[in-house]
Amino acid sequence: VSNVELHLPGLLADDAGGRTVHQVDAATVATVAELLDAVGTHWPRLGRRLRDETGHLRPYVNVYVGPDDVRWADGLATAVRPGDVVLVLPSVAGG
Amino acid sequence: MTTHIIIGTRKGLFVARGSGAQGSGAQGSGASGGWAISGPMFLMQEIAAVGVLTAPAPASPEAAPRLLAGVRSEHWGPTVARSDDLGQTWEETDQGSVRFPGDTGAALTRVWQLQEDPARPGVVWAGCEPTSLWRSGDGGVTFELNRGLWDHPHRPQWAPGFGGAAVHTVVTDPGDDASLLVAMSTGGVYASGDGGASWQPSNTGISAYFLPDPAPEFGQCVHKVAVDAAGRGTLYAQNHHGVYRSDDAGRSWTSIAAGLPSDFGFVMLAHPRRPGTAWVVPLEADARRVPPKGRLRVHRTRDGGETWSESASGLPDDAWTVVLRDAASVVDRGAGQPPLIAIGTRDGCVYVSADEGETFELIAKHLPDVLTIRGVETA
Repeated sequence: VSNVELHLPGLLADDAGGRTVHQVDAATVATVAELLDAVGTHWPRLGRRLRDETGHLRPYVNVYVGPDDVRWADGLATAVRPGDVVLVLPSVAGG
Repeated sequence: MTTHIIIGTRKGLFVARGSGAQGSGAQGSGASGGWAISGPMFLMQEIAAVGVLTAPAPASPEAAPRLLAGVRSEHWGPTVARSDDLGQTWEETDQGSVRFPGDTGAALTRVWQLQEDPARPGVVWAGCEPTSLWRSGDGGVTFELNRGLWDHPHRPQWAPGFGGAAVHTVVTDPGDDASLLVAMSTGGVYASGDGGASWQPSNTGISAYFLPDPAPEFGQCVHKVAVDAAGRGTLYAQNHHGVYRSDDAGRSWTSIAAGLPSDFGFVMLAHPRRPGTAWVVPLEADARRVPPKGRLRVHRTRDGGETWSESASGLPDDAWTVVLRDAASVVDRGAGQPPLIAIGTRDGCVYVSADEGETFELIAKHLPDVLTIRGVETA
């Protein structure tokens, strides 16, 4: 396995070429930030849905590497490895 | 002619379309009288700003007016969307229309205002949160941060109100590129005489009763400013307690609140063609933000605020709701017709008046909280 697999919510498929699952060559990304850079370069609307222009994750966007919320790990510096599944989920918010 | 009332709400955007004359035309889904309501578009996204670009682009004089919407998803952030078919389809700039430059260290929170510069086709001003002013020269596709206001030494002291920090009013001068005026909550009124390179506070006479010094140079909580039909020299301001007129382009302000049931409110509208005519929607007080005695009313002056009359017909009693700052608009329908007045409430009702506020008609109800209303007429 040489890829990192990024799973997006269906709401973001239109901003990512109509797909919710993206394979990224693990040799090109070492962290969540680099993974988001990679997909954001290709899909800029997706990129700004997930992070603001300072590069911070938007407050109600949750990113998991496997079962772990990156906010409780090393944030966007959390490492990703070949075979990892990275999950983007909107948090429960709003009224 | 068709009148389009674009309604931005807490959970999406709706468009009411009608003949403009009350009580005529075809019934449509959700409509009252002659108005058909379409939407929601941007469902579950907040629409805090709508702009209408009525000045035709030189390259396409027959094109429909462009609509702009300040859209904000709680999850996916803010952006500006644009429509060239009167709201049927929308597109965004891939990289985002309003993006803070990296050196600012700031990120866009919300677009509060999208204001056409009618004398300069293609120019659009955006007022945003954090407190900032932006200019687009390409019809709202991209915006550039106004550095003069962003770098202003007062900026750290411009505190957000309940709704969030906002530049909510942008006044341009059709005959003078250098003359600009903005109003913000809080912060007050600022004017520029050099095209936005530098800004000076312009609040003389406006009270800031909530500060230790009630007459500071800046820090006022101006809710909205409107320009009199006579021109840029005469302005009206609805303040956080206080209703004012300026006869010197904002350099000084005098109270015109006498005759109103309250000097608190959010809305200030001015007639596009008849000097001296303006409208406000009073609320009881800062600590009681409901219509006086629970009666939602629009008050109109014909003499620049010397006297006021109440419009009651068609507006509700037992109404404990609020018309927010930009949830009110005057739609210019040309020299031969009175403008249309539209107001929307936080309980999701929209009322229009085709007779300058004598009578109102309920055209939509049960929408989400109305945050902004703009309108345009097309052939």
